[in-house]
Amino acid sequence: MSAVLPRANELTTPERGVWVAMRRDLRLAVRSKGELAQALAFFVIVVSLFPLAIGPESALLKRVAPGVVWVCALLAVMLTLPRIFQSDYLDGTLEQLALSRYPLPVLCAGKMIAHWLTTGVPLAITAPLLGLQFGLEGRELMVIVAGLILGTPILTMLGAIGAALVLGVRGGSILMALLVLPLYIPVLIFGAGAAEASMVGVDVTANLSLLAAMLLIGMVVTPFAAAAAVKISLD
Amino acid sequence: MNWVEFFSMDGKGFFVWGSFGVFLLCIVVEIVLVRRRIDCAQQSVRDSIAAGEAGTGRTAQ
Amino acid sequence: MSLFKYSAPSSFYPLAGKLVPWFGTLAFVAAVIGLYLGLFVAPEDFQQGEVYRIIFIHVPTAWMAMFIYLLMAGYAVLTLVYQTRLSAMMMEALAPTGAMFTAIALWTGALWGKPTWGTYWAWDARMTSTLILLFLYVGYIALVNAIEDKKRADKAGALLVLVGSVNVPIIYFSVKWWNTLHQGASVSITQGNKMAAIMLAAMAIMAFACWMYSIAVAFCRVRAIILEREGQSQWVKSIKEAVS
Repeated sequence: MSAVLPRANELTTPERGVWVAMRRDLRLAVRSKGELAQALAFFVIVVSLFPLAIGPESALLKRVAPGVVWVCALLAVMLTLPRIFQSDYLDGTLEQLALSRYPLPVLCAGKMIAHWLTTGVPLAITAPLLGLQFGLEGRELMVIVAGLILGTPILTMLGAIGAALVLGVRGGSILMALLVLPLYIPVLIFGAGAAEASMVGVDVTANLSLLAAMLLIGMVVTPFAAAAAVKISLD
Repeated sequence: MNWVEFFSMDGKGFFVWGSFGVFLLCIVVEIVLVRRRIDCAQQSVRDSIAAGEAGTGRTAQ
Repeated sequence: MSLFKYSAPSSFYPLAGKLVPWFGTLAFVAAVIGLYLGLFVAPEDFQQGEVYRIIFIHVPTAWMAMFIYLLMAGYAVLTLVYQTRLSAMMMEALAPTGAMFTAIALWTGALWGKPTWGTYWAWDARMTSTLILLFLYVGYIALVNAIEDKKRADKAGALLVLVGSVNVPIIYFSVKWWNTLHQGASVSITQGNKMAAIMLAAMAIMAFACWMYSIAVAFCRVRAIILEREGQSQWVKSIKEAVS
């Protein structure tokens, strides 16, 4: 808490607000290593269930690999969304943040970055290992990683809005899935689309550029939407 | 107009009447539900007014 | 001034009560005419046969599905910017009807697709994005019902609909893109160009009927919502019309 509120003589520029909120959430995340590992373990386990369900035939596995990896990454990100605001909401820190000298959108942006660094990035790093299990090769793995690097921040940003809206609501986690999953569909389409394009030898830049475009728009818009959602939930 | 022919719709009656039937059914059900909802709301307002009058009546006595 | 006067639930409640029968009657009359034209007057389509008559309800309901969501987005802006209570209540009143029309559009689309395309469901761009639209409606309804504090529910629902409406074009575009990637020989809906004037007229009248119906039902539902929320306030008890 004390790390968040600026000292009297401290500068309160927006960049600093992003940095402060991010550093605080990263520290909290590092302190609870278990949670970090859980999302990753979930991702690995669920991806590994698919060969058991649909059979070990390698051509089929390779065909479905991009979709499987992407859907599982999406679910793993979704499961970690409560982490962004939940504990801060429960112990009252979120209210302090909303009243702090930093604008709330700026703090939300910091929280989003922290969340992405602790979920999206580990997922993107792990994905190639899982891709190998499905028979994907060099370039295809690279495209999956690139897609996840571009796509998971969008998942975090959209998810933060949903996570903020359901704060303190009974049965919030399943409700959040209802709200967030339809919004995730374009990311899923372009992300898995890029991976698939690489498998059939089509140019992948179209899909990846669209992801990048969505990422840029999201970076501008979603911190404000998430901040508005937090304000609504705190009222 | 031959009614049997009309209802069979080239033998595609199931699809045509399945569509129109569900459409009408949904609308009828929605109207009934909305009616019931507003009746319920009005009843509870009436109840609270009656309770209020009874309450003031008792305090006046 | 006159418009803003009716943005207060206390003055809108009696107004809506007076308007509901009118819109209801319009809807009923238009539906009877539209169904008569669609089922009896319009000739058989030379390609699709009789089954094409499903479009007389499929197309209007699909339009309403999108239009009502758009309308809710408009009310969402009013709710968030002007903090008007009535606009949030209108959103809540419209959502079930919008969801119902979306479901009917999907259902009739499936029943039209089976005899025409040979399959109940194709992952066609329009069908897929309509399905996603249904998810958006369901999400809104679930969120608003889950939050007990009505003021918060209003604003949260409005924000969700706003975010959703920004996403709708992106979703449609992405699904279309995905669809062209995946379907070499895609199913194409070739209607419209050879539609007879009478078919268009029947469709337009049915669309008008659905529109009037939506207004009537939404007004009726918003009256119920007003009473549920403000039943304890003085103005409700002061007008006899509210309870008669």
